Amino acid sequence: MTISGQSSSALKDDQTPLSEQSSTQTEQDAGVADVTINRNLNEVLPIRNVFASAVAIIRKHALQTSISVMSLVVGVYLWHLATAYKVDLYINFQNVPPPLKVWSAFWTHMGQADFYIHMAVSMQRILTAYLTAAVLGIVIGVLMGRSRIARSVVYPYIEILRPIPAVAWIPLAILMWPTEEGSIVFITLLGALFPIILNTLHGVEQTPEVLVRAAKSLGASRLQIFRHVILPAALPSISAGLAIGMGVSWFSLLAGEIISGQYGIGYFTWDAYSLINFPDIVVGMLVIGCLGTLSTYAVRLAMKPFLAWQKRSR
Amino acid sequence: MNTQVVNLKEHINPRDGHPKSPGSGHIVIEDVEITFGAGAERNHAVTRTSLDIKPGEFVCILGPSGCGKSTLLNSIAGYVSPTHGNVSVDDRKVVGPGPDRGMVFQQYSLFPWKTIRDNIAFGPKVAGRSTVECGSIANTFLEMVGLTKFANKYPAELSGGMQQRVGIARALANYPSVLLMDEPFGALDAQTRLVMQENLLNIWADFGITVVFVTHDVDEAIFLADRVLIMSASPGSVIADLEVPLPRPRDPAMAISEDFLELKKLCLERIRAESTRAFEQQNS
Ligand SMILES: Nc1ncnc2c1ncn2[C@@H]1O[C@H](COP(=O)(O)OP(=O)(O)O)[C@@H](O)[C@H]1O
Ligand SMILES: [Mg+2]
Repeated sequence: MTISGQSSSALKDDQTPLSEQSSTQTEQDAGVADVTINRNLNEVLPIRNVFASAVAIIRKHALQTSISVMSLVVGVYLWHLATAYKVDLYINFQNVPPPLKVWSAFWTHMGQADFYIHMAVSMQRILTAYLTAAVLGIVIGVLMGRSRIARSVVYPYIEILRPIPAVAWIPLAILMWPTEEGSIVFITLLGALFPIILNTLHGVEQTPEVLVRAAKSLGASRLQIFRHVILPAALPSISAGLAIGMGVSWFSLLAGEIISGQYGIGYFTWDAYSLINFPDIVVGMLVIGCLGTLSTYAVRLAMKPFLAWQKRSR
Repeated sequence: MNTQVVNLKEHINPRDGHPKSPGSGHIVIEDVEITFGAGAERNHAVTRTSLDIKPGEFVCILGPSGCGKSTLLNSIAGYVSPTHGNVSVDDRKVVGPGPDRGMVFQQYSLFPWKTIRDNIAFGPKVAGRSTVECGSIANTFLEMVGLTKFANKYPAELSGGMQQRVGIARALANYPSVLLMDEPFGALDAQTRLVMQENLLNIWADFGITVVFVTHDVDEAIFLADRVLIMSASPGSVIADLEVPLPRPRDPAMAISEDFLELKKLCLERIRAESTRAFEQQNS
């Protein structure tokens, strides 16, 4: 971990996956011999081994999945009880819609075209903002990691702008951008941008110097070193940043869609609030949660082929 | 797997299609001084050293850790430039790292995201050779280090000794005139290290390449080298330049021969005298 000064604490806030990355690095070194031995065993007993491990995986996952499902069921039931008995212990459940009402509201919306338009509009905003943030973030992060000047130029902006929450940008965004759509996408983009920049920077910085030296002595040019050494070395960290960025961009989208006049799942949620339609608030929240999770999962899935070597290295 | 000694001559001639220009790999170090930092932080890593390493020679740089062995080697590799003096290889001044000088590091320095084959083919690839050429060079060197079966594995799936063999193969795939090795077997267990030393001598014999090999192990230096350079610390300089009179090919059994033991004694005495001097200097 070579991030200096203030930024190291800043990174920790939103980047739990990083610690996973670095721990596998050390496991690699320690586990070399074991891997070879396991491999040999696999070759000797292929069928038995595959079968045994498949059973083990199913068993493990079945247990974990059933515990998770139970946990959800219990949670929803507690929610139901709290609303049914109108619990009022400091936190007030009197106006909270019960799960069944939320479900029926959801079911009704599923039959209406508008609901899908809300989702589609939000996803389109996410896509535009996120892809722009990904390209910008990776380019800026790499530049900062490889050039001290670029780093000194960009760092103060990151330090000042990063802690500003998306909501705080709304007034200025409205003033700056000619269209409502532009300001919403801008706010969403900002949310995704910082984690992507910081993770890219971190990944570039932690590229082992010995690998850069090796590439140099093998005759690689600067560009080739970037392409074959720095980028792949930074990729685990970049992909962590991309996943975090996706989560944050949904988060920011919701804030941005306060200003939306018509569509978007965030607008749907705010609109429900102003119309005192309580079940729809929860429907909107849950849809945002699901879409956010699914798109983060999609990012991880998309990055997987590029990180295949890491799996093999364990 | 780990303990086979590869005999090159049986199956390949690595020089096929790559005629070595005779007499290349001549290293000249002239009055080199290397200093790090400035002011109070100033650190003389290497002081006024001159060396002439002949083409095809196997030279070991021997000395305690921190005495400037890596720094001196890195000046030949082109990673550090001397504060004073000159380093040249085949009459060309060294100004930076390049494919004419292969480098093998102590730490595993293979690209973890590339397969063994792609690691070995990296040099030819960045030199712009065709995929077919890269493939055939990779095959040649995979065979040379006895790792053909592991071509499609990733580095972390190999043992430490295998990884270092790949490191050597990768450096040689550029057909350099000089091979620079910085304690390449330092992290290996004693058994594997012996096998690796024999492997290396076989490869060297077939390539006729100049090797500069850094180590802090007296036995390793004598077993491998034509010439042992002993370095002393603070400030780093070469204090002895000893010919190794042992015949080639070397055999591990030579480690108990008269000549070997006598030379070992001499080396140890030099190192000891030097450490004592350094110790007294520090305490005065
Ligand atoms: N890049 C560097 N910057 C500052 N000091 C260095 C650098 N590289 C090596 N040194 C110093 O130079 C001296 C010799 O180091 P080194 O050549 O690595 O020794 P050895 O390889 O014999 O163990 C040490 O005191 C070390 O701290
Ligand atoms: Mg060293």
